[in-house]
Amino acid sequence: MNESEHDRAPGDAVSAAEAHAAQPPGVVVYTIGLLLAVILTATSFWVANTSLLWGPGVPLGLAVLAIAQMGVHLVFFLHITTGPDSTNNVLALAFGVLIVFLVIAGSLWIMANLNANMTMSPGLMDLRMQR
Amino acid sequence: MNAAVPVDELQPEALIPASEAGPASKRIVVAYGFWIFLLSDIVMFAALFAAYAVLKGGTAGGPAGAQLFNQVTAAIETACLLVSSYTCGLMSLAIRSQRRPATYFFAAITFVLGVAFLALELREFASMIAEGATPRRSAFLSAFFALVGCHGLHVGVGLVWLVVMMAQVAFMGFRASVQRRLLCFSLFWHALDIIWVGLFTVVYLMGVSQ
Amino acid sequence: MKLLGKLDWSAIPFDQPIVMGASGGMVLAIALILAWITVKGYWPYLWSEWLTSVDHKRIGIMYFILALIMLLRGFADAIMMRAQQAVAAGGAQGFLPPEHYDQIFSAHGAIMIFFVAMPLVIGLMNFVVPLQLGIRDVAFPTLNSVSLWLTASGILLTNISLVVGEYAKTGWVAYAPLSELEFSPGVGVDYYLWALQIAGVGTLMAGINFVATILKMRAPGMSLMRMPVFCWTALATNLLIVAAFPVLTATFAMLLLDRYLGFHFFTLAGEGNQMMYVNLFWIWGHPEVYILILPMFGVFSEVVATFSGKPLFGYRSMVAATMAICVLSFLVWLHHFFTMGAGADVNGFFGVMTMIIAVPTGVKIFNWLFTMYGGRVRFTVPVLWAVGFMVTFVIGGMTGVLMAVPPASFQLHNSLFLIAHFHNVIIGGVVFGAMAGYNYWFPKAFGFTLDARWGKASFWCWLVGFYLAFMPLYVLGLMGMTRRMQHYDNLGWQPWLVVAAIGALVIGAGIFCQVVQLVVSIRRREQYRDATGDPWNGRTLEWSTASPPPSWNFAFVPRVAGKDAFWARKKALPLRQDQPAPAREYKPIEMPRNSATGFVNAFFAVVIGFALIWHIWWMAGLGALGAFLTILVFAFREEGEFEIPAAQIAQFDRTHPVEIAL
Repeated sequence: MNESEHDRAPGDAVSAAEAHAAQPPGVVVYTIGLLLAVILTATSFWVANTSLLWGPGVPLGLAVLAIAQMGVHLVFFLHITTGPDSTNNVLALAFGVLIVFLVIAGSLWIMANLNANMTMSPGLMDLRMQR
Repeated sequence: MNAAVPVDELQPEALIPASEAGPASKRIVVAYGFWIFLLSDIVMFAALFAAYAVLKGGTAGGPAGAQLFNQVTAAIETACLLVSSYTCGLMSLAIRSQRRPATYFFAAITFVLGVAFLALELREFASMIAEGATPRRSAFLSAFFALVGCHGLHVGVGLVWLVVMMAQVAFMGFRASVQRRLLCFSLFWHALDIIWVGLFTVVYLMGVSQ
Repeated sequence: MKLLGKLDWSAIPFDQPIVMGASGGMVLAIALILAWITVKGYWPYLWSEWLTSVDHKRIGIMYFILALIMLLRGFADAIMMRAQQAVAAGGAQGFLPPEHYDQIFSAHGAIMIFFVAMPLVIGLMNFVVPLQLGIRDVAFPTLNSVSLWLTASGILLTNISLVVGEYAKTGWVAYAPLSELEFSPGVGVDYYLWALQIAGVGTLMAGINFVATILKMRAPGMSLMRMPVFCWTALATNLLIVAAFPVLTATFAMLLLDRYLGFHFFTLAGEGNQMMYVNLFWIWGHPEVYILILPMFGVFSEVVATFSGKPLFGYRSMVAATMAICVLSFLVWLHHFFTMGAGADVNGFFGVMTMIIAVPTGVKIFNWLFTMYGGRVRFTVPVLWAVGFMVTFVIGGMTGVLMAVPPASFQLHNSLFLIAHFHNVIIGGVVFGAMAGYNYWFPKAFGFTLDARWGKASFWCWLVGFYLAFMPLYVLGLMGMTRRMQHYDNLGWQPWLVVAAIGALVIGAGIFCQVVQLVVSIRRREQYRDATGDPWNGRTLEWSTASPPPSWNFAFVPRVAGKDAFWARKKALPLRQDQPAPAREYKPIEMPRNSATGFVNAFFAVVIGFALIWHIWWMAGLGALGAFLTILVFAFREEGEFEIPAAQIAQFDRTHPVEIAL
């Protein structure tokens, strides 16, 4: 097949074109990823259990740590970087993330709204609970 | 100027942009296609996540997450899956340099850690069911079992796939088609760990801290 | 535990004459076809050239054939509904009891969307996209075959439901709690769910296949902005498939868990939330309708440009409009349930977004009109369908924008106005587009054009029939008639429904004309033979091949330097006439091997589906094992490709000279 610049399989650490260039040993990349992930995981568990943080801020903190760790996985394990070789893969990922966001955020917004507007009166709720 | 001529009549140009270079190599096409599949799988998980988020208040008078979830178990499961992702990465390096014993070794560790993850999860499910917290108890529990169970099912499928791949390495060696499939497997395995990050954060940590 | 689960002789509806008649007819037709194939000895040919084929052209044709066959069943449902509603006025009950009528409208919707419109769309994309991209097949040919046959599995299960058991009575959307076990204890909803889950997996795989093909495998020189517009719309469609179908899979899985394992996602008990089903269903449902229409927009772009003899006006804005629709289609889904009770802010947001999404479609209409303006338009059959589409679809689109206003939707939701709107856009858009594409690309697929006179007759019947059948429904909706009514008291509605029934018959005449068109064209195929490969003076690469193309499509991979690659080549030709054609050295070509994987896997899928529907657990297990083994056999096969010798390619080119060789 034709050799071209700027195209790499997702999951490949190096494209065919770069294979002869100097690279950090693969083990180092994976090990750094593991260490970062461990730190982020431990921090998440601490955040969830500590009383040092303001309560309502805990879910936000957990979310930020989770997204950071997903990023660590993507970069260090899946080699999805922001380099030109990876652009197609990043675009696909961005599209996926957009859809995930719309599905989850959209559903949460809509369902919260519906649940609030469509709460049943106690009499009707009793009727339902009898089933 | 002729807009369409046979390829062999033109001088090859250096550094053609990827979008004009013709069909990409099989390795790129296969991995990209699998990447798209993984994104579709993540959208499916998003729908299950959305259902969980909407239904987690629906405990129908039964237990909620705070009463049921054990953080120690969740932490050990997380460690198992994370380390197995690491060993899967080391397996990928062994495959790239076509070292068979290293490939089998890291595959075995990945497999064992995956089995450990599933065993812990099944034990957690069994103990919940034993104390009456079955998926039939409430919408919350239905959503929990479906979301976490779906992830566990994917892990199980991954383990079967890993065994089949090692059989392929044994019988067919490191030919290109086997290497492509192993690349897809490692994409799959890493993606499962990414989804687990979301899972343990939203279900276990957020569920317990409330 | 009984050996055959819930299955026994009472599953066959001996007491329902209409169902037994339909079942009998279907079984007889299938038996006759199978017998004819056997007697004529066609099985080896059929098996090796079609059933195990991984050639995108053959797969595309088979998708199209499946769709046209299911169109007959879906249309039969429509005729029955129109007949029932034409007579069941005042105290009359008509000839279809409610239990049966409910299955008919549910089957009509599910079949038309999933087993007519989707296969038409995927079939056209299958046949055309690799040819237009200048390549030899899709990214994953065997997966392509798997997708086709899984769709066929869904079709087979749906047709089995006519003979054994029943179909869902919930409408094609199967809202909870009606679709839950408590209110639908029979097998009908299970048939619906499993058939669509299985077919849905096939569709998702096709989506992945085409995204990878279009983004990673185009002829050298064909950058994205030099791609034909049909391929752009195919890209947007397949991105939508990849993004939306997983949501449907998850939603149906949740409903199946409720029904089979007693979960409480959408049940009344256990604090399940029925509104969540509606929400999740339409997150898939709205992108689905864009999946159906976008490729047809692409068909019209090709047809209008070719028969106007001009390049498509506004290529860039077409691409932008297509991708805008792709993204926007994920931001409007709540307009399907304005009446479910969300507040003004939520309803308002989605109402505005729904109105905005009409804008890019308007851009496309103007581009087509400007393409025709100043061109020398040839009014061939595909162009008739295109012009019919432009008028009809615009009307349907406008009624959609009308209902995008939440207060209007409060009045019109689930009335016949809604039914008229979506049939307006689906028939005017998807069906007309499929007919245009069918007439346009038929000569490429089979080597001879379709008879134009019968083609025009079928168009006029469809057009007149459509307006007769559906314009009265707009009126009825405004008069307050609800959808899905088995009978009604208001005698003032009846005249309109009688007109609608006549319209349905006129559409039937249109379908009849199409059948005749096909028969006549086959009979006169030598007279209509396409010898040059380019019967319409086309602009894109598929017209540079022989009709039908060889399995390898192109002997030499074309190199592209601009849009409308074939047209540019034709225009450049006079400059080269003084030069002798360069002697070209044919090289052998590697092509993917045929495989029985798709067909065999689909067989096991039917076994699994049927077994799960009837609770025959051991059979489901065996089916799953069979499917797994089929995949293993494929995974361990030694050779995935075979080589076509250069001599064979040269021989083909000699015996099939095309007008302009690439």
